[in-house]
Amino acid sequence: MTELTKLTLTEARDKLVAKEFTAQELTQAYVSAIEAARPLNAYVLETADKALEMAKASDARLQKGEGGALEGVPLGIKDLFCTKDVRTTACSHILDGYVPAYESSVTANLWADGAVLLGKLNNDEFAMGSSNETSFEGPAVNPWRRKGDDTQLVPGGSSGGSSAAVAAHIALATTATDTGGSIRQPAAFTGTVGLKPTYGRCPRWGVIAFASSLDQPGPITRTVRDAAVMLKSMAGFDPKDTTSADVPVPDYEAALTGDIRGLKVGIPKEYRVDGMAAEIDALWQQGIDWLKQAGAEIVDVSLPHTKYALPAYYIVAPAEASSNLARYDGVRYGLRVDGDNITDMYEKTRAAGFGDEVKRRVMVGTYVLSAGYYDAYYIKAQKVRTLISQDFAKAYEKCDVLLTPTTPTPAFGIGENIDDPLSMYLNDVFTVTANLAGLPGISVPAGLSANGLPLGLQLIGKSFDEETLLRTAGVLEEAAAFTAAPEAWWRA
Amino acid sequence: MTDTSNYIEGLTGSWEIVMGLEIHAQVVSNSKLFSGAPTEFGAEQNTQVSLVDAALPGMLPVINEKCVEQAVRTGLGLKAQVNLRSVFDRKNYFYPDLPQGYQISQFKYPIIGEGIVEIDLSNGDTKDVRIERLHLEQDAGKSLHDQHPSMSFVDLNRSGVALMEIVSMPDMRSAEEAQAFVKKIRAILRYLGTCDGNMEQGSMRADVNVSVRRPGDELGTRCEIKNVNSIRFIGQAIEYEARRQVEVIEDGGTIKQETRLFDSKAGVTRSMRSKEEAHDYRYFPDPDLLPLVFTQEYVDAIAATLPELPDDKKARFVSEYGLSIYDAGVLVSEKARAEFFEDVAKGRDAKMASNWVTGEFFGALNKAGLAIDTSPVSAKQLGALIELIKDDTISGRIAKDVFEIMFETGDDPAKIVEEKGLRQVTDLGAIEAAIDEVMAANPDKVQQAIEKPKMVGWFVGQVMKATSGKANPQAVNKLLAAKFPPLAED
Repeated sequence: MTELTKLTLTEARDKLVAKEFTAQELTQAYVSAIEAARPLNAYVLETADKALEMAKASDARLQKGEGGALEGVPLGIKDLFCTKDVRTTACSHILDGYVPAYESSVTANLWADGAVLLGKLNNDEFAMGSSNETSFEGPAVNPWRRKGDDTQLVPGGSSGGSSAAVAAHIALATTATDTGGSIRQPAAFTGTVGLKPTYGRCPRWGVIAFASSLDQPGPITRTVRDAAVMLKSMAGFDPKDTTSADVPVPDYEAALTGDIRGLKVGIPKEYRVDGMAAEIDALWQQGIDWLKQAGAEIVDVSLPHTKYALPAYYIVAPAEASSNLARYDGVRYGLRVDGDNITDMYEKTRAAGFGDEVKRRVMVGTYVLSAGYYDAYYIKAQKVRTLISQDFAKAYEKCDVLLTPTTPTPAFGIGENIDDPLSMYLNDVFTVTANLAGLPGISVPAGLSANGLPLGLQLIGKSFDEETLLRTAGVLEEAAAFTAAPEAWWRA
Repeated sequence: MTDTSNYIEGLTGSWEIVMGLEIHAQVVSNSKLFSGAPTEFGAEQNTQVSLVDAALPGMLPVINEKCVEQAVRTGLGLKAQVNLRSVFDRKNYFYPDLPQGYQISQFKYPIIGEGIVEIDLSNGDTKDVRIERLHLEQDAGKSLHDQHPSMSFVDLNRSGVALMEIVSMPDMRSAEEAQAFVKKIRAILRYLGTCDGNMEQGSMRADVNVSVRRPGDELGTRCEIKNVNSIRFIGQAIEYEARRQVEVIEDGGTIKQETRLFDSKAGVTRSMRSKEEAHDYRYFPDPDLLPLVFTQEYVDAIAATLPELPDDKKARFVSEYGLSIYDAGVLVSEKARAEFFEDVAKGRDAKMASNWVTGEFFGALNKAGLAIDTSPVSAKQLGALIELIKDDTISGRIAKDVFEIMFETGDDPAKIVEEKGLRQVTDLGAIEAAIDEVMAANPDKVQQAIEKPKMVGWFVGQVMKATSGKANPQAVNKLLAAKFPPLAED
């Protein structure tokens, strides 16, 4: 790691403005680091030439004092975001060689603020997974390893490339998307900060859809402050996305006052699940103590329908996915496997183009929407969704923000859960509720497990109140003083 | 009272046809239902396709407010319930001309609920047909099978174009009623400006649900005839399908619920797919779109801009112009006809205007295969012709000749009358001279006419001939009456 890649986003931003180094120098440092970190398989496409070109333009603007909020800041972009003239496949075989002629709204916002594209990041195929193992490009690898054990661990998913890249300092920050925990769980597994904004805060236009009513773009960063800066640039109303919210985007960095005195922090008792590791429970208690010490008031709250969240999620998300993925039919773009007739072509293309997990979810989704099953599954799941939203609304009558663990376990080994979808799905048990209710959530690195792996604590905020969420996260981050870092084993 | 005149006579007795229609009407709008791509008819293939219409990854639909307004306008025109909250659903199925793999439609909560339409029948009767609903949906693209020896191509120009699906209740009992319903819907849509109604261009088409039953029985099993694209074909398809169903049942068979297609060349319907083969469309609310919500004030503002609709116009033509219900019905059946008539009638003899418009004018258009907007004779010119009759410049007889020339040349009637010297002779002296001449030349006929007064008619004809038809017929009659006293006593 060079001195340049050690910096946080906000540090680098300030030093760029102060002309302590150039955007090209910073970008070159990252380009070199990326090359040296290929064993992590975090990037599925490196765009070094484009990055250096963008950095050059940034330097010109910085020189004239016309830099944007992220001028010269090198970022990695999850492969779910369509990037103009840069291959985008959602890490699926079915989108082989797809090069969008358009730029997603979120990345367009980032480039407008001066950010630099380092490349496209690995993810679970179509963001369906919790370990990045369903990627057609092969799994991304967690930079972290267990103490005294060189087992390759997953970086979480679906945004595994995004979390691994930030943890390994091969991107200053990354974009990610969260449908059931795909930002927060990878952040927890890699000792990084992952922020899932309120549904509608960041536009979805140009983001390859998994489950439209749940998908939300957000950043993975090294610090809470970095997350605040990234969100400010990524967020905003987009007339091309009917579900994006036409509300002002506040200055999130300014919200990081460090003062949470009098803040009411809710502790939902239903998140204390059976068989939860003692070290997770202990970390949670530690988090409660930190916030209390900072002047917050701890309130016990109940979210009674929590146990129905995961089943409801695994009905709603596949249902929407089964329909969203119907467009990948071999007719207009991406992979086509010829067949005897149109139906044969569809079947062969989709059989070859989708991986097992995607097929599983398309089938589940098709099933739950079928005549005769729709009411029992889809409608029921939507009712559960309403009840979960009501749970949160009730809890927020008593508190301002909720504190929970992010995941029930630390990172696991590649291949350990891949044949057991149900235990894989359990990764999302603490995170899906925020997606079902559309609420913002953030994972902050808070400690290490007994075997030396990072653990995260999650805060869930009120709708469109990312300011309180970030302020509280900042306090948690400071108290936790998480400075541990993985050894750079991936460097040859 | 039960109307039995529409029954089909089978071998075993009478059968009643029951029909409900689904009309797909393309919304008049500059851009598509969920994208900004243009909707012009006949553009070069795949030139009116946005990223959204081609269903590229990450694209999202955004509702076109103009289409919503048009649907509300249509709902008001159908005297229907306008729903302030409606929901867009996805109808999922695979087809190469359906890029998204689903059609965005409205299933459970349509924008327009129940309404009513009065249809006009040829015997002068009217009948109410109930509307069940109207919803907005996307059109699909078009598969092209004739561009390549082994492959099919797809044209996405229509993909995503807004359609209104208007669903009737099963209230129609004859092919004529079904046709009258389509005509009335088309007229209303054209009056409203919400659909151009051009069936030959595909901007309006109908699915016809047909079943037969013994009069008074429960509804029979229906077959749906898909995508019938002319009013004539609708009639043919129904006639054929109803007879087919009667024959099947009378032969001891049962009707299977299925989708059929009308082969207009052979004049028959053919099975397309059975109920068992029907798609499970897996409708669910489109998560990319919020429910469509607007206020009563919005609806009221649209209502305030509604034009006079055919039924109201018909009533006004009867009361204001003194037309017969039949003539008024003929005139209002198309907006352009009604407008033409009113332009002709303005400040003139309305009954005469109606007779000329529905008689000579429509006749000539029909014969020439022209529409009002391509007519060589304008309303102003036809009005001028009527004025020439009214002020005795020409006779009604001569006017017909003048009209024929107008239709051929597009010239003004006054010009034609002058150039051809057709001005009516009202100089009594000149007419009397002509009469005397004829009488002098035909003493035998004079004798006959004195004995048999009806023979005077022969003299009228001769005098008209002698004056090239220009003599004022009333004057001729009057003068002749004076010459033949027995007539004067009549």
